[in-house]
Amino acid sequence: MVDNILAISDLTLRYGDQTALNGISFEVPRFEIFSIIGPTQSGKSSLLRILNRTIDFNADARVSGSVLLDGEQVLTTPHVHDLRRKVGMVAPLPVGLPLSIYDNVAFAPRLAGVSKRADLDGLVESCLRQAALWDEVKDRLDQLGTRLSGGQQQRLTIARALSHTPDLLCLDEFSIAIDPVTTMRIEEVLRELKTKLTIILVTNLIQQARRLSDRTLFLWNGSIIEQGTTEAMFSDHPANSLTYDYIRGAFG
Amino acid sequence: MKPALAPSPTTPRFRETPAIARRHRQEVIARRLLGTTLILSLVPLFAILIYLVWQAAPVLSWGFLVESPRDGMRSGGLWPALLGTLYLVGASLAAATPVGVLAAVYLNEYARPGRFSRLVSLAVINLAGVPSIVHALFGLGAFVAFAGFGRSILAASLTLAVMSLPVIIASTTEALKSVPQSFREASWNLGATRWQTTRHIVLPNALPGIFTGIILMVSRTAGETAPVLFTGAVFYKSIAGGDLFAYSLLDQCMALSVHLFTVSTQVPNVSDALPYAIAVVLVATVLGVNALSIALRVYLRSRKNW
Ligand SMILES: Nc1ncnc2c1ncn2[C@@H]1O[C@H](COP(=O)(O)OP(=O)(O)OP(=O)(O)O)[C@@H](O)[C@H]1O
Ligand SMILES: [Mg+2]
Repeated sequence: MVDNILAISDLTLRYGDQTALNGISFEVPRFEIFSIIGPTQSGKSSLLRILNRTIDFNADARVSGSVLLDGEQVLTTPHVHDLRRKVGMVAPLPVGLPLSIYDNVAFAPRLAGVSKRADLDGLVESCLRQAALWDEVKDRLDQLGTRLSGGQQQRLTIARALSHTPDLLCLDEFSIAIDPVTTMRIEEVLRELKTKLTIILVTNLIQQARRLSDRTLFLWNGSIIEQGTTEAMFSDHPANSLTYDYIRGAFG
Repeated sequence: MKPALAPSPTTPRFRETPAIARRHRQEVIARRLLGTTLILSLVPLFAILIYLVWQAAPVLSWGFLVESPRDGMRSGGLWPALLGTLYLVGASLAAATPVGVLAAVYLNEYARPGRFSRLVSLAVINLAGVPSIVHALFGLGAFVAFAGFGRSILAASLTLAVMSLPVIIASTTEALKSVPQSFREASWNLGATRWQTTRHIVLPNALPGIFTGIILMVSRTAGETAPVLFTGAVFYKSIAGGDLFAYSLLDQCMALSVHLFTVSTQVPNVSDALPYAIAVVLVATVLGVNALSIALRVYLRSRKNW
């Protein structure tokens, strides 16, 4: 019996009368990297926005189905802010908050009531270390986060997403704005983080999914085409020929 | 033999084609034209200032600022009017700023976009277009009579506050919209509530823009005549010259705009310079407050975080 951190069943999302997710079901095992691949507009980002309920900010989004995170119903939980702290979220384009590097990472802990300087210092350092950014910024923590380079900012957002000790870390195409070397460093980081938390990786880089993930899900036009172990999906005979074509770059 | 192709350091390497030369000429003409219009638009401002000061020179002095009027307002100073205007502007600012800013925050950060919030925004814009004499009448009915404040600084400044609310709401809305949405989303992703996001991320970055609205409002309210005349300003009131605390909120007061009107039209045999001197003080008050706010704004902008 696999220990699933996330169990989604029959999840449907509509923006007005346009269907973005069409009754999808899947499970994510704990302490694995789970990739979601699929062409543009397939609903990947929308799916992540459901997981931490930031979809609520979209007035015409209608969600139905069931999303269980650690056994708790995400779609109806009244504790939205606690939920968002359990789910770390990294957006495609790095967004440094207009605060210092230190305050960027200390933002969420402070909101949660951590105020002792020593506690915060320790937290900030450990998060920045986990995101492989500590050595570059340790001497200028009071500098503005928005002034870092793109690759550094992306690692800053990862450090920030770790600052509220999530159980689930979601990354949405984290590498579209950064160079291959930094991408590799972050991939290293993710492999290490896997021992402590579960990672959902939305990516357009097929090979990144192949390199990193234990399981892969292929989403297309709001429906799941195929899901399974990365090994099986990337073999010469995936269950669905669409998967084969997509992975080989025949379309999308 | 001539070394025709040897480039000398002074000959340009990149020759202009006729088309590029024409574009250059257009560029130069455009720049001159725009520069001229800028100067043209500054001319009236300086012309007015210089003319005012020139006409007012015989009367202007420190004493003029801090003394009370004498001889049926034909000589002496304008301290009661100056102080009255400062009170009116200050009190209306104190009332309108928090309400206006918080209303704009609600409209932008909390209210769901839809029919209702569009309706409110529309109402706010239209409110800004209501003539001030109508606001005056409203103030007379609402604050002087209904609320029972009588004709007083309180009633007059609340009237001014109602008048300037739309300006503050509109400019605060602009300022809030200028804060990138991605900042809000990043903050929400970290589990911040709407209020925490507003308080820590949105408002600090919108402050310079919010100040712009307040500058606008000060300029407008300091010069208003009808609303204060209806609700709390009097032609003459005797207070001690130079005393900063001469008025209380329930007193009636003099105001620069009303004083200027009275002296120019209601008092016979006034020296020619007197109305101009009053105008100079009025303009200087407005410009002074503006300069202060602009300085504050520049300071805040210099600490802008992205
Ligand atoms: N805020 C929104 N309002 C209305 N429709 C939206 C909104 N966001 C996304 N959609 C629609 O939902 C569908 C899925 O979009 P989504 O952003 O989830 O795709 P995606 O898989 O993340 O694409 P990409 O790879 O380009 O990021 C699209 O058809 C899109 O037009
Ligand atoms: Mg996306």
